[in-house]
Amino acid sequence: MKTDDLVAMLATGVTPVAPHAASRPMGWALLVGVPVSLAMLLVGFGVRRDLLQVIDLPMFWLKLAFPLCIALAAWVVVQRLARPGVPLGRAGWMLLVPLAVVFAMAVAAWLSTPVAERLPSLMGVSWRTCAASISLMALPIFALALLALKQLAPTQPAWAGAAAGALAGGLGAAIYALYCVEMAAPFLAVWYTAGMLVPVLAGVLLGRRWLRW
Amino acid sequence: MKSDAEAVLHDLWVRGLSGDAVAYRACLQQLSAHLRAFLRKRLFGWPDEVEDLVQECLLALHNQRHTYQPGQPLTAWVHAIARYKMIDLLRAKSIRENLHDVLDDELAVFAESATDASDAKRDLDGLLDTLPDRQRLPIVHVKIEGLSVTETATLTGLSESAVKVGIHRGLKALANRLRKTKDDV
Repeated sequence: MKTDDLVAMLATGVTPVAPHAASRPMGWALLVGVPVSLAMLLVGFGVRRDLLQVIDLPMFWLKLAFPLCIALAAWVVVQRLARPGVPLGRAGWMLLVPLAVVFAMAVAAWLSTPVAERLPSLMGVSWRTCAASISLMALPIFALALLALKQLAPTQPAWAGAAAGALAGGLGAAIYALYCVEMAAPFLAVWYTAGMLVPVLAGVLLGRRWLRW
Repeated sequence: MKSDAEAVLHDLWVRGLSGDAVAYRACLQQLSAHLRAFLRKRLFGWPDEVEDLVQECLLALHNQRHTYQPGQPLTAWVHAIARYKMIDLLRAKSIRENLHDVLDDELAVFAESATDASDAKRDLDGLLDTLPDRQRLPIVHVKIEGLSVTETATLTGLSESAVKVGIHRGLKALANRLRKTKDDV
């Protein structure tokens, strides 16, 4: 086929493109994925029994805000990485801000804690399962976000996969925080970050191969 | 590209996105000359690959046209896609051949005009034949013979939405096959 024939073929019967057509796939991924993850939490874990008592505590809100800020920044990043030629700007740095804040709080808490209580504040009672549970909560959102990216055109597929992982990890961690009873900053910094990193790394590995177009 | 060229192309492109086939065709026509020049300059070691890559880029521009943001410079979007496709080609090549003996004196390609299309090596018609009927027939009738979706639906016995989906998926499948042929040329 000659190039002119290809041009003619592509233009013949061309259909209009809906405005914001590129934002829809990822929007749908969240609209479906978040309720599925919430349902998984309610069925598999339930919410913490003292939820009504802890909603007065700043730590409870920090545990929600930390992963939600990551998810928000990742949303902006993944939308940009999914469109060719759109510069990332400062959005990438926005991912690091919540991490830096929480790690600074963790270090401050660690240093002000008596030596004997430091390790317990880091390990809590659920360090064995926390990261895995967060990854599990992130899984439906992660899978749908990758499917959404497949509808788009990431020119750096590994990075786009990582951003989709951060989006899913952040939302998954925020959902898991409704069940998790840990209230120490060092625990939050280490184990929540570890849980969110699992989908990020999975996104790099899957994105590199599967998101090419 | 000069900024007035960008303005003309942008106008044609936006009209194309709203379904104006004449403007869309004119736009793709100009973009193919632009892509040819862009890729020739960067692929001077492999003049034979240029036309294949121009075609691959055009198909990608079409399939990914919804990812263009209205405020964005069209050339930035087009160049990002062309660069992505070119790097993909170079990666496939670097796996296969030794990079050292390719940069011979093949600079004569600069003498050619970018508007003359040389023949593509890969056969798009042949690839089209490998698609399943539910994708191939809608493409042949609507995109090549110029029938309407309704006529094609009657002719093939598919529903109208199946015809539209067939075109959309078929062109994406075509792009995928085009990409995969690079890995084993």
